[in-house]
Amino acid sequence: MSSPKSAYSIPTKKGKLDTHIFVVWVDNESGVLARVVGLFSGRGYNIESLAVAEVDATKNISRITIVTTGTPQVIDQIKLQLKKLVPVHKVADFKREDKKVIFKEMALLKIVAKKKKIEKCLKECKKFNPVILDKTNKSVVVQITALRREIDKMSKKLKPYGLTSTSRTGAIAMTRGADTFK
Amino acid sequence: MSKLYTGAEIVFKCLEDQEVEYIFGYPGGAVLPIYDELKNHSSIKHILVRHEQGAGHAAEGYARSSGKPGVVLVTSGPGATNVVTALTDAYMDSIPLVCISGQVPTHLIGTDAFQECDTTGITRPCTKHNWLVKDIKELPKVMHEAFKVATTGRPGPVLIDIPKDIQFAKTNYTKFKKEKKLNGKIHNKFSENEINQLIDLISKAKKPVVYTGGGVINSGPQASETLKEFVRLIGFPITSTLQGLGAFPGDDNQFIGMLGMHGTYEANNAMHDCDLLINIGARFDDRITGKIDEFSPKSKKVHIDIDPSSINKIIKVDLAIVGDVNEVIKSAIKKINKKQNGLKDSNKQRISKWWEQIQKWRTKDSLGFINSDKEIKPQHAVKRLYELTKNQDTFITTEVGQHQMWAAQHYKFNKPNRWMTSGGLGTMGYGLPAAVGVQIAHPDKLVIDIAGEASVLMTIQEMSTAVQYNLPIKIFILNNQYMGMVRQWQELLHEKNYSESYSEALPDFVKLAEAYGCKGIKADNPDELDDKIKEMLDYKGPVIFDCHVDPNENCFPMIPSGKPHNQMILGPNDKEENKITGKGKSLV
Repeated sequence: MSSPKSAYSIPTKKGKLDTHIFVVWVDNESGVLARVVGLFSGRGYNIESLAVAEVDATKNISRITIVTTGTPQVIDQIKLQLKKLVPVHKVADFKREDKKVIFKEMALLKIVAKKKKIEKCLKECKKFNPVILDKTNKSVVVQITALRREIDKMSKKLKPYGLTSTSRTGAIAMTRGADTFK
Repeated sequence: MSKLYTGAEIVFKCLEDQEVEYIFGYPGGAVLPIYDELKNHSSIKHILVRHEQGAGHAAEGYARSSGKPGVVLVTSGPGATNVVTALTDAYMDSIPLVCISGQVPTHLIGTDAFQECDTTGITRPCTKHNWLVKDIKELPKVMHEAFKVATTGRPGPVLIDIPKDIQFAKTNYTKFKKEKKLNGKIHNKFSENEINQLIDLISKAKKPVVYTGGGVINSGPQASETLKEFVRLIGFPITSTLQGLGAFPGDDNQFIGMLGMHGTYEANNAMHDCDLLINIGARFDDRITGKIDEFSPKSKKVHIDIDPSSINKIIKVDLAIVGDVNEVIKSAIKKINKKQNGLKDSNKQRISKWWEQIQKWRTKDSLGFINSDKEIKPQHAVKRLYELTKNQDTFITTEVGQHQMWAAQHYKFNKPNRWMTSGGLGTMGYGLPAAVGVQIAHPDKLVIDIAGEASVLMTIQEMSTAVQYNLPIKIFILNNQYMGMVRQWQELLHEKNYSESYSEALPDFVKLAEAYGCKGIKADNPDELDDKIKEMLDYKGPVIFDCHVDPNENCFPMIPSGKPHNQMILGPNDKEENKITGKGKSLV
C-alpha cells in the first residue's frame, strides 16, 4: 500500500487480529438480538459465530455468545460498546487461548455413503463424543461436540466420505472451576 | 381501585412529572389521541413545526441552550422517518432528546398498514435506546426510563414508539419519584490515584495544552466555571473543538483558538508539538486529529470523558479518567490547592518558553484575511456581527459549511450553551429550526442563525413556525451563491471543476421573508453593512438578512487531507502555501 494520506485516517500499522469470545447477558426482550448484531454490523465488527438462548426464565435473561476477531483496540471497543446498550447486564470477554475457559460447539453431521465409509466416518468422530441420532442403510446423522477448529477440520476430512450436510450451533463458553463471571 | 388513565393521558402525566414545558411536533393519524389530550395540560406548550426534521432540530436547539431534554412528538411512518436526520444529529453531538412517535395499532404492525414503518428498527442505530410499547402497563415505566437514558451519562436521543391502540388503552399511574441513584450505565468512579497521576503529569509538563470539547458543555454550566478555575490555576494554553466553544472565554489570553481542520495555526501547532495533552470531554474526532499516525507524536495524553467507549477508540492515551468532567476537574483543583500550592508559580516558570513559542505562532495571524471595500468579505461580516452583538447575551446557531467555520473562527463565545452547531453529523438545515428552539427556551434573548444560502433552503419552511410563535430569530445568510465548502474543496482538490455546487435560481430572500410575513434585509456593500446589521437587531420580529459576500472566498487556515497538524494551508496572506497532491485527494 502506498503511503496513506487522508483526513479520514487509514492506519499504516495493521494490528494483529485476535480471536475473542464474548459472552453477553441481556434482557430477553424483543429486538435485543438486533441491537447486539446491529452494533457489530454498524461498526464493522466481525461475527464468526453466534449462539443465543434464554438461560433464566424467571429473570428473563438470555445469554449471547459471540466469536469475533479484531485488533486489541477493536476488541476493547466491542466490549465497551456492548456495555453501553441498555438491555445488556454484563459482558465477559475471553481470549480463545484462555485455559480457564471451556469453549464448545455442537455439530450435526449427515453422512450419506456405503456402510464401510460410514464406519470410517464414525471412527474419525470418536474423540468428539459422537452420538448417533439416526441411522439407515445408507446414511447416518451423528452429533459431535468439539472446538470450532476441530469441527472445521472434521467437515473437511469427512467430505470425501460422504458428508452431505452440516449444522452447527456456534461456540458457547463457560469458565472452569467454581467461580462464575460477575 | 385507583383511577384509570388512557395511554395518551399517561404520556402527558409523565411529561408533567418530568417538568417538560415544550413539545416540538407535527400531528398525524397515529398520534391523534395524544394531540387530543394536549388541551387538558396547560403547563405543556406545543410548538407546531412545518416538517418533522425541523421539530427534531428545534428540540436540539432547545436542549443545547437550556440544558434540559428536548421533546419531539411525531406521527408514524413519514413522521418518524423525517425525524431520523435530527435523531442522528443529536446522537453524534450527544444531545438529550426524547422523541415520541405514533405507530399503527398493534394488531396491524407487520401488515404494511397505512403510514406504517419499522420505526424502532430504523432508529435503532441513531438513538441511545428505543422502545416499542405493546403493553399499556409498560408505558409509564418506559416514559420515565426514556428521560433517564436520554439525560444521564453521555446524553443522547431516545425514541418511544406508541401504537395508536395503546394510546387509547387504560391503566393506572402512580406518581413518579425522581431517584437519586444512578443506573449502571453511568460511570463516575474515577479514583484518587488517577487524579494524582494527572497532577503529576501537570507538574512535569513543559509544553502542555488543554483540549476541551462538547463534554464540558454537557456537564453543565458549572463545569465551564470549574474549567476556567482549573486552566487559570495551572496556567496552560487551552484550545477547543467546534462543540466546546464557549466553555472557556474566547477572548481570554490563555485561549489559543479552535483546533482541527479549520483551527488556528497556534492551536494546531501546539497540539502537534506539545509534551502533555489533556483532553477534557472531547473525542479525537477525525476533523480534529488530521493524520492519526502523526497526531501529537511527542505527547503524553490524558483523556477525561464520561463515556468509557470514547477512550482509546481513535487515539491511545496514557491516562484515562472516566467520569463527569465537572467532578473530575473539581477534584483535581481540590488536590492541587491542598497538596501542591506552589504549582501555580512553578508551572508558570516551566512553561514560559512554551508560551513564547505560542506567541510566535500567534503572530502568523492565521485567521487573517484580505478585506475589501468593494465586496463584503464573509469573515468581515461575521466580525461585524460579533462586534455589534457582543454587548448582549447572544445565542448563535449555524448551518453547515464555510459560514459555520467562519462563525466558529470569528465569533467569540464567552459562555457555554450560546453556540449551537451541527458538528458530528454536519447537517445542513440545522441552524434555522435550532434557532427556533433556542428562542423558545430564551424568549428575551437575541438568537441569530449564521447561515449559508444553500443550507438554509433545506429547512426554510420553519420561518413559518417562527412567525406563528412570534419568535424574533435573525437569519443572517452569508450568501455566496455556492455551496461554499463544496466549491472550496473542488477548487483545491478537483481542479476547479465546480460540479453542481453553484445554485442557480436562488430565491429573492427579501421577498421570501416578506412572503413568510417577516422582515427581509439585503446588504451587498461593505459601507452599509453595519447600519443594516443594526436595522436587523433593532427589528422586533424574525428577520432574514441576505448578506451578499465574495463568492470566491475560501475558509482558511485548513489542514489539507492526509496532513498532520503542523502542515496547514494558510490564507492568502501567507506565501508558503501547501498543495494537496496525490493520494490525499481521493481520501478526503
